[in-house]
Amino acid sequence: MAGPDMISWWRRFRALPKDSTPKTLAFALAVALGAAIVVSIATVTLRPLQKANLERERQARIVAMVSRAIGDSGPLTAYMIDLNSGRLTRDIDPVTFDAEAAAKNPATSVAIPQAADVAGLGRRAKHAPVFLRFDGDKPVLIVLPVYGKGYQSTIWGYLALKGDGNTIAGLSFFKQGETPGLGARIMEPAWQALWPGKQLADDTGTLRVQVTKGSAKGPYEVDGITGATRTGNGVTNLLRFWLGDLGFGPFLKRLKSGEIRP
Amino acid sequence: MKRTLGTLTHPVIGDNPITVQILGICSALAVTTSLATALVMCAALTAVLTVASGLISALRHHIPQSIRLIVQITIIASLVIVVDEVLKAYAFEISKRLSVFVGLIITNCIVLGRAEAFAMRNPVGPSLLDGFGNSIGYSLILIVIGTIREVLGAGTLLGYSVLPTVAQGGWFTPLKLMLLAPSAFFLLGFLVWAVRAWRREQVEQPEFRIRRPAGGGRP
Repeated sequence: MAGPDMISWWRRFRALPKDSTPKTLAFALAVALGAAIVVSIATVTLRPLQKANLERERQARIVAMVSRAIGDSGPLTAYMIDLNSGRLTRDIDPVTFDAEAAAKNPATSVAIPQAADVAGLGRRAKHAPVFLRFDGDKPVLIVLPVYGKGYQSTIWGYLALKGDGNTIAGLSFFKQGETPGLGARIMEPAWQALWPGKQLADDTGTLRVQVTKGSAKGPYEVDGITGATRTGNGVTNLLRFWLGDLGFGPFLKRLKSGEIRP
Repeated sequence: MKRTLGTLTHPVIGDNPITVQILGICSALAVTTSLATALVMCAALTAVLTVASGLISALRHHIPQSIRLIVQITIIASLVIVVDEVLKAYAFEISKRLSVFVGLIITNCIVLGRAEAFAMRNPVGPSLLDGFGNSIGYSLILIVIGTIREVLGAGTLLGYSVLPTVAQGGWFTPLKLMLLAPSAFFLLGFLVWAVRAWRREQVEQPEFRIRRPAGGGRP
């Protein structure tokens, strides 16, 4: 039987000096396991609270970004849209909508064709929240959530557009893991202040907005951060993707045509 | 009893980790721009140092010599991650202002120093006291520096206005230097000087003397 064998084996193991190789290995394993369990429990149990904190910060940041960009902190209303059709939908609550989870779930997301996936997303949710302010029936402010791959992380932010749907009112990032001191400087208000007033597309409707290497010229270009070329490219790509036909393009068309009302 | 109490009180002034052992300077500079961040950092370090000392002391008969440092670091790192996660959940604003410095408690020499110098050789009770005492010593310095820097640098204390600044229509012009790292070096230097003027026994003997050539001039 294995019982007595196990016991004698255990006795022999116990009798080993603490610095023997088997005991050292066993101890290392036990410490690693213990540490992993403690850290995992803490992370998993606290995650909902941390997410709620990030959510609160996100809400506060939208208002902060908008008030900075256009000099007032008026009301914004959250709507949910179907990205493919660009129509408003009332089936999903935009405040509790989790874009990250929805993009991972095959039932609530679609695969992006590789050639069109400039932002490196793989999949995107079928729906997205938008934050709008209307003056009568006319939209005066459009806030769109945008995200995409930067140099070494996914960059999350909000793009605010003026009522024409083509002039940037502000761009603010709230979550990224780029290189501290280089790419992470996209979080700095000084850099984000370069965006208001820039144009997205030219008269033919071609998206021209981009982060440049070197000095920016014209109404479509924004100065990149020195040493963070790939983060800058990531910002360009995520804007181009989300403003394109697979992103908010259909919605913006409908908004411009006056089809979408409060 | 007296020895037990000594384990707790000795690290506060007599063997203070910052002013005597000159450890943990990096975080002492980084988080003392305001008292609130300094206090949270103190709480975080107290939790980590006390629990780490206790845990390592409890395991001291089983920790193999060859891997003792990595085991100590693993225990300390796990505790720091837990504390960091708790701060992110319950003190989000402050944890953002502390940024990486809570995580850097892992590399804080005080924690590993106490584990290696005390907890590995003493029972759990005294080790807990030693860890807690050193935390108090560390906290004391952070609170002193944090208070001076916030009052002189921003005219506030814990966010409340103490010295009305010119910007608010008062008379006090904030010393912006106090919010920069060099000022913490100056304050720390003055503090070490003050403590050693009071407690002469803390003055270190010079390790060697510079010989002055007779008659002046270059040798």
